[in-house]
Amino acid sequence: MMQSVFIVDPARCIGCQACVQACGECGTHRGVSMIHLEYLQREETVQTTPQVCMHCEEPTCARVCPADAIKQTPDGVVQTSLKPRCVGCSNCVLACPFGVPKYDAPVDQMMKCDMCYDRTSVGKKPMCATVCPSEALYFGPIDTWQKRRRGRAINEFRFGKQVVKTQVYLVLPDDKPERLEVGLVPLQNWIKKDKDNPR
Amino acid sequence: MSCGGNCENCKGKEPTPEEKWREDFPVEWAADNYVTRRDFTRFLILTSGATFLGNGYFVAKNALTPRAESGPTVKIATLTELPIGGVKLFRYPTEADPAMLIRLAENRFVAFRQRCTHLSCPVHFNVEKTQLDCPCHNGTFDARTGRVLGGPPPRPLPRIALKLENGEIFAAGLASSDEAEG
Repeated sequence: MMQSVFIVDPARCIGCQACVQACGECGTHRGVSMIHLEYLQREETVQTTPQVCMHCEEPTCARVCPADAIKQTPDGVVQTSLKPRCVGCSNCVLACPFGVPKYDAPVDQMMKCDMCYDRTSVGKKPMCATVCPSEALYFGPIDTWQKRRRGRAINEFRFGKQVVKTQVYLVLPDDKPERLEVGLVPLQNWIKKDKDNPR
Repeated sequence: MSCGGNCENCKGKEPTPEEKWREDFPVEWAADNYVTRRDFTRFLILTSGATFLGNGYFVAKNALTPRAESGPTVKIATLTELPIGGVKLFRYPTEADPAMLIRLAENRFVAFRQRCTHLSCPVHFNVEKTQLDCPCHNGTFDARTGRVLGGPPPRPLPRIALKLENGEIFAAGLASSDEAEG
């Protein structure tokens, strides 16, 4: 069997919150949902997008953790913080380029999506992907996805000087480049513009 | 050096201080051998607690179970059979338990199990010193009480209670060594 990949297609998200509910039902994180349903630009559109952990090859969250609490399994899945080690400092919350980790104050611990490791490690789909009615969250062989869908699934992002390669794919329209430039580039332009035209 | 120094780019290169530090705190799950203080403390508490409870169980069991001091009453000798200082071997309470009857004085008999409490060698009666000697590791017991006089034996020799009836001597159960002499 071909290895399954996780593909997120924001354009197909209908904001139904099924993924949020399904994730919250899982007993391994005690009713707390690890998936975030984000509004893109709420003033202009009702478009939403689900945000799961992208499972970076070089996980920034784990690199910045002072308590050595975030670990990556051999198959590339970045686990949520280890309870005995996490000190609740929120370094990972600030460092993650995708804004995935969230600090859960009642348990004083960072918790994030671990791609339903109890399920995916035995060949099952993550909870969110099993319930998504529009397949905005897809988990399966990439060949099957390519046959049925338009768009390009990318897993390389550039945040300023940092290139992040992830295990989870994001779907962009066909005409977009293979690597997505996000975050710091517009910010740098804005700073430049501000310098050129002081208020 | 997330590859652990095994990839072609890293082979033969000295790790930089940053990489050296990273080796102690790896991101990879498999390379993580660090034991937190909390885990270690939990391990200590659980194992010592289990040992304590285990020992407590045996102590309680020992204290609550009545000692098997009773046994069958078996005739082992007649009063006139043994000279003073004489020894008669017999088996009590079962055929697998060698025991010895000793006549210490005119009206004074004692009986012990013959197995040394150290490593179960048979003990011998030493008439001159009125003691029981174990030849294996030089353990000695008092022949009057069974108390350890020297050597490695950890406990006194188990005594066998004696009963005298109509000129015959009967073994009548196991007795603790601190009981009155027979």
